[in-house]
Amino acid sequence: MNAKTFLAMLARDAHVARRNIWALLTQTMLQPLLFTFVFGRVMTGSGMMPASYKGMLVPGIMGMSMVMTGIQAVSMPLIAEFQFTREIEDRLLAPMRIEWLAVEKILAGMIQALVSGLVVMLAAWLVLGAGVGLSFQRPLLFGLVMLLVALFSAAGGLMLGCSVGQTQIGLMFSLVLAPMIFFGCVYYPWSALSGFPILQKLVLLNPLVYASEGLRGTLVPQSQYPHISIAVVAGALAVFDAALIVGGLKKFYGKAVS
Amino acid sequence: MGVGITTKELRKVYTSPPPMAAGVAGFGMMGMRGTGSKNKKAFEIVALDGISLAIQPGEIFGLLGPNGAGKSTTIGILTTRVRPTSGEARIGEYDVWRQQVEAKWLIGVVQQRPNLDFSLTAREILMFHGAYYGIGSAERARRAAALLERFQLTTRADEMVRSYSGGMMQRLSIARAMVHEPEVLFLDEPSTGLDPQTKLLLWEIIREYNARGKTILLTTHNMDEADELCHRIAIVDHGRIIAEGTPAELKASIPGGYLVRLNVGRGSPELIERLQRLPGVTEVRADGNAVDLYADQGGALIGAIVSVVGESGTELCDVHISEPSLENLFLHHTGRSLRQ
Repeated sequence: MNAKTFLAMLARDAHVARRNIWALLTQTMLQPLLFTFVFGRVMTGSGMMPASYKGMLVPGIMGMSMVMTGIQAVSMPLIAEFQFTREIEDRLLAPMRIEWLAVEKILAGMIQALVSGLVVMLAAWLVLGAGVGLSFQRPLLFGLVMLLVALFSAAGGLMLGCSVGQTQIGLMFSLVLAPMIFFGCVYYPWSALSGFPILQKLVLLNPLVYASEGLRGTLVPQSQYPHISIAVVAGALAVFDAALIVGGLKKFYGKAVS
Repeated sequence: MGVGITTKELRKVYTSPPPMAAGVAGFGMMGMRGTGSKNKKAFEIVALDGISLAIQPGEIFGLLGPNGAGKSTTIGILTTRVRPTSGEARIGEYDVWRQQVEAKWLIGVVQQRPNLDFSLTAREILMFHGAYYGIGSAERARRAAALLERFQLTTRADEMVRSYSGGMMQRLSIARAMVHEPEVLFLDEPSTGLDPQTKLLLWEIIREYNARGKTILLTTHNMDEADELCHRIAIVDHGRIIAEGTPAELKASIPGGYLVRLNVGRGSPELIERLQRLPGVTEVRADGNAVDLYADQGGALIGAIVSVVGESGTELCDVHISEPSLENLFLHHTGRSLRQ
């Protein structure tokens, strides 16, 4: 690899992200904050949900924000650049193996996903006030889950960005992302699905389940609801990550070279 | 010094519609093979059918041909974007497909369609491009400023390029390809969409760049451009090279040089034979009422043609004389005009 080229591309993405910072922040923050406010503040404040729901909600919302941010940050530019503006061509010609450009995209997407997770966590904390009950007694495990989730989102973005045509972007949201969120244990723990045994097994195919449960397990371990164990979460995310990286790189190469 | 380009028997067969990498806007369908309905590979286009080139270091070489002839695919292969089905492509000593990164260091590419980074300003585009090649920031800034000046873009250098006109984008694309001062510059239809004045500026810049010992491979379907700019030309059609040489050599290779195109009321074998016997006529081709005469003179022949046509009992509807040109050469080899 050519480190200077790689870093220059990362700098380019950072530059573009800085230029669009307000749009990016709004895109990342608005929806999670609305959810946090309505479910975490209104519903618990009115007594319709127990106060402990706050601690349940924040990790789920974090996972969802990270996954959405990473996927969008990587896939949307790729869809446009490969099919419409072709602006990626200049970088494909840079003196570096083509696959490293995909790796750079993943890294840039991971950084955005991590930032969005942390920002949403802080903001949700502010919105919810006291009683969220997050604990940081397992920083290493928390860091590991964050990294695996960020990698999943960015590699997933690479895969989607190289598979979806620009006319199918709407379909991508309604067919892939929406079910993923609603069956991703974002608003409820996995154990809450025990009344729906088939669904409970099926959602295990959804990587967001592991993201939400992993963050819950590391941030609110003392909660009254059992979580999927961190070892299972880490293992499953690692498998998803590896598969998406391999598949995404292959797709990317196929797009770049005919 | 200087880096050349060689290709040996390059072939490219697309089994699915060529994606963006080929950069082909209008793709010629003449190589398409119809296959049985049960065959999954119903789509097969032979884009290149054995292209061998030896472009010398420091040469301006032109690939001339109609749309879909295989020009862009050739450039795609030489610039690591299209994988050849068979054959070999080299930039200098490097095999483009085995030593991609080494080859990429040596080349600069201007694609047929503008592909500027829409999230950046013109100056940033040049600056980041330089950064991809590891050029230090002071040097990058200097080169960017000089290129913007040379391409007359300085006044709008700090605007986002989405506000640029087509011609400005094209100029910036060429400037960008020069930032890292590549030994070999590929220009795929560089003057498409440029006004005549800008075209002249571009030709001047290309000549300047070449004067520094750089090799330039350009594609065009514009005869004047090929004639004016290129040291050597290969005429490409249906993925094959049908003629190669200096513009002067190529023009001299047309039998007779002059082309007299006639349109007669009614063509007949007898008329063709009589035309063939006229002094100075080297070749006559007829397609119905359209008759092409290759001859070593133009206007001087008209009188004789008029009387021959009259004597054959038909009338002369139209006469067009063209001087020796690459256009005629193309017509001679393919039976088609380049603009068809």
